[in-house]
Amino acid sequence: MITLNDTTMQVLLVALIALPLLGAAAVLLPRVPAWAGVAVTGAVLAGTLVLAAAFDHDDPAAVQAESDVPWIPALGVRLHFGVDGISLPLVVLTALLTFLCALYTLVRPPEGPRPAAFTALMLLLEAGTLATFAVLDLVLFFLAFEMVLVPMYFLIARWGGAGREAAAWRFVLFTVTGSVVMLLGLLLIGVRGGTFDMVALAEADGAGLSHATQVVAVLAIGLGLAVKTPMWPLHSWLPDAHTAAPTAGSVLLAGVLLKMGTYGLVRIALPMAPEGMETFAPYLGAFAVTGIVYGSLACLALVRRGAGGDLKRLIAYSSVGHMGFVLLGISTLTATGVNGALFANVAHGLITGLLFFLVGALKERTGTTDLDGLAGGGGAALYGRTPRFGGLLAFAAVASLGLPGLAGFWGELLALLGAFHPADGLSRPAFLTYTAIAAFGTLLTAAYLLLVVRRVCMGDAPGERAGGVEGAGGAGDVEGALPDLRAHEYAAFAPLVVLTLLAGLWPAVLLDLTDPAVQHLLPGAVR
Amino acid sequence: MNLVQSVEWAVFAPPLIAAVAAVAVLVTDLFLPAARKAVLGWLAVGGLALAALALVPLRDGDRATFCLPGDAGLCSYSADRFAVIVQLLVLAGAFLAALLSLPGSGERDDEGEDGEQAPPSGEFWFLLLCSASGAALLPAARDLATLVIALEVTTLPAYALVGLRRAGAPVRNAGPEAALKFFLASITATAVGLLGISFVYAGAGSLHLAEIAEQLPAADPGLATLAEAGVVLTLVAFAFKVAAVPFHFWVPETYLGAPLPVAAYLSVVGKTAGLAGLALVTSGAFPGHGDLWGPALAVLAGLTMTAGNVAALRTDPEAPHSAIRLLAWSSVGQAGYLLVPLAAAAYTDEGAVGTAVAYALMYGAVNLGAFAVAAHVARHARAHRIADYGGLWARQPFAALALAFFLLCLAGLPPGVIGLFAKVAVFESAVDAGLGVLAVVMALNVAIALYYYLRWTAVLFRAEPGGASRVGMRPAAPLTGAIALTAAVGAILSGAPQIILTFASGTFL
Repeated sequence: MITLNDTTMQVLLVALIALPLLGAAAVLLPRVPAWAGVAVTGAVLAGTLVLAAAFDHDDPAAVQAESDVPWIPALGVRLHFGVDGISLPLVVLTALLTFLCALYTLVRPPEGPRPAAFTALMLLLEAGTLATFAVLDLVLFFLAFEMVLVPMYFLIARWGGAGREAAAWRFVLFTVTGSVVMLLGLLLIGVRGGTFDMVALAEADGAGLSHATQVVAVLAIGLGLAVKTPMWPLHSWLPDAHTAAPTAGSVLLAGVLLKMGTYGLVRIALPMAPEGMETFAPYLGAFAVTGIVYGSLACLALVRRGAGGDLKRLIAYSSVGHMGFVLLGISTLTATGVNGALFANVAHGLITGLLFFLVGALKERTGTTDLDGLAGGGGAALYGRTPRFGGLLAFAAVASLGLPGLAGFWGELLALLGAFHPADGLSRPAFLTYTAIAAFGTLLTAAYLLLVVRRVCMGDAPGERAGGVEGAGGAGDVEGALPDLRAHEYAAFAPLVVLTLLAGLWPAVLLDLTDPAVQHLLPGAVR
Repeated sequence: MNLVQSVEWAVFAPPLIAAVAAVAVLVTDLFLPAARKAVLGWLAVGGLALAALALVPLRDGDRATFCLPGDAGLCSYSADRFAVIVQLLVLAGAFLAALLSLPGSGERDDEGEDGEQAPPSGEFWFLLLCSASGAALLPAARDLATLVIALEVTTLPAYALVGLRRAGAPVRNAGPEAALKFFLASITATAVGLLGISFVYAGAGSLHLAEIAEQLPAADPGLATLAEAGVVLTLVAFAFKVAAVPFHFWVPETYLGAPLPVAAYLSVVGKTAGLAGLALVTSGAFPGHGDLWGPALAVLAGLTMTAGNVAALRTDPEAPHSAIRLLAWSSVGQAGYLLVPLAAAAYTDEGAVGTAVAYALMYGAVNLGAFAVAAHVARHARAHRIADYGGLWARQPFAALALAFFLLCLAGLPPGVIGLFAKVAVFESAVDAGLGVLAVVMALNVAIALYYYLRWTAVLFRAEPGGASRVGMRPAAPLTGAIALTAAVGAILSGAPQIILTFASGTFL
């Protein structure tokens, strides 16, 4: 759309990573205005949009804005950055969600000490995630991957809700154990492959790595990334972390951090160790569909009347299900499936980000995220009391369940299609079974999300309630007037809604970017 | 036959200056009035700085002295790159430990309860300098006799340092008891080591490391078993000095009983000296017996890191002296990581020993930094629990930030980038050597260690009105200097890890 010369592109991409880092230090200085965080994240977002506009859309398989300078020759580590069609959408998504979170927290600072420190940690988080998606060196990837840990720990442990300390610990211990194991895999690939350069290793397509090396490397890398994704049964840190995290923390955790895991699988495991991936693909698929069904069932259990389910926890479990689709798409080793996975990745970031924003706003209004308190006679009854807010929640819910025409649909469809015709060499019957189970999972997903809408959005408006159902709610009553959407909420939610619609109605905008890059990464794939 | 060796004093200067400074301090002490004893500390600090400066002309690493008259290749003292780098580390470490001991930066200046607070006496500085001189001699020693003498010069004064009853020894009478324990265990290890060396001499017919490396594999087959036993016994002596499990039991009590700067000194200088000795005997003298000491060191490394980290993990943050106890155990864990590349050196040709040196440099800087902040907090919090660090951020933001940085470096997490890359280098050496199991054990240990380091870091930022009320004052000037220096080193290395990781590539010993 616009043309920039190579040097400008390089500087732009490096600046995008450096800017939040500098911003994190800057906002901690005394007498820096509170809007500095919004300004920095806004500048980063603007930068990513320029980058996306200047990106050569005719050749998304090529790494663009590439800069490559040696950093630690002793270890063979290079400062190697660049974006292609796979990482560009994630870079934009990260910048967008962080900007929206900064905007939201500017108006609604989280309860807890020093909002400036909160902003600083959020910026560190942004730098780490942007770096994860932009680096092209295995050791640097590990560094960026680890960079998000400490900020996220403090975001949860200091500004979180009930049980935040334990949840933050669980998050850190799971991810750090996973990532050191991942480091072993990365080093194995790097040492045996002779380079840490991700582009060169992907070009080699596993040449020079023995079968055994590839299997061990994929096992180690896969374990680390599966914790982050999270893949059932390694997901158990996620619900607690989401429930305890402040709104912005939940949005970034679901919208951006989880993507690092699946991105790593597509970027590292798939092209660099294809044989190892082929060995583990059936298991990955099995775990993925288990996660889909497990997440849905957990949500159904939470949404039951009287279960005392927490809405945030429910969305967290729904993430386990949605990431299951992403993993299923990857496990098919087909271009269709991987495209679906990447699409579902972005869609999940948009939709679940929106859902967490909405739940945060709901908690602000009603003081609770307890489903029993929000439902029933004395409940929130959002349609009646705050029609726009209720409508938006219903929109996010149906987007999440994969209604055609919204973003959630295409990713799941493509993942299922991929699983219907998995790559040659994978057992078709097994993947047909996975397809059937995953399809059943979409039904369960629809069931619990519609139940959520029914329980939270529907119900008697306060005026009508006075005569009829007095006392039905008990202690969980949501009293008082609930304000409808406010200006800052429109600002924070509207971009997500628009993009959800855009990606749903015009999936080519994403698929045109990812497909050539995926074809490039999977040279042998026919489907 | 000419029996007189030519000696180049400039090459030998670093340990020599430290030793001369030691004697100078002891003599000056006799003539100084009690009121002016503070000068001694500055004299010692200056001596150590001068000794470190004497390394500058040697930085090319191609000098040697005390060579055999007939054969220029066999020297007892070699200032090669390995020696110079390790000497820099031990002298800088001793320098920082001395800064921590300077008057005004001891544990409690005011209201020493038993009136026992006094500036460290002359013998303290004498012992510290003696030990530093031995530690500086050790990495340059190229024959087993010099090596053992250097090792003893390093450790003998350390027993006395541990036993010196200065204020701040947390447990009453713990100092002498810890010293005795340290002494008895160490002397046993030395005796065993000497026995091993005599076996090795029987096999190789020489004490020079280079000669042993050539002659020992070619030894009389009848002596092969004896030689192997010698190799193993020699290792035991050095494993003790780096506090490798199962020779680690002296560590926590010694650290608890010792004054805090001495604990810092032992954890960095003592450990580095032991490590250098171990590297010299394994890769330098016994390269042919790699199949013997390689697996042994790998097992030692795994046991050491696991035992150290598990014990650190079980340290109760509310218990008295938990801060020092945790640093003590974590240093055992770190010694385990340090042993990994040494074990890997048995299987790979290049880089492994350099990786260990790079890791030791990182560890030395950040661990001394952590001890410096601890020394500051210990001045005000008598019990010195980890819980006493609560709210440090609110009172002393720079000290808190520095300690957080040091702890995250030790844990190997960003923003402690250098810690992360040092660990990556160690992992790489293990993967490269095919020590897969050890790499996995180390990965799990890194996760365990992260828990207690991050737990401590989190305490720093926790708002605790009661915890830090007493830690309000600025650190004393020498302490501030030590903290700033180590933090600057850590920050520079985090930006340019190549500075130390360059040792990890290419042959180094």
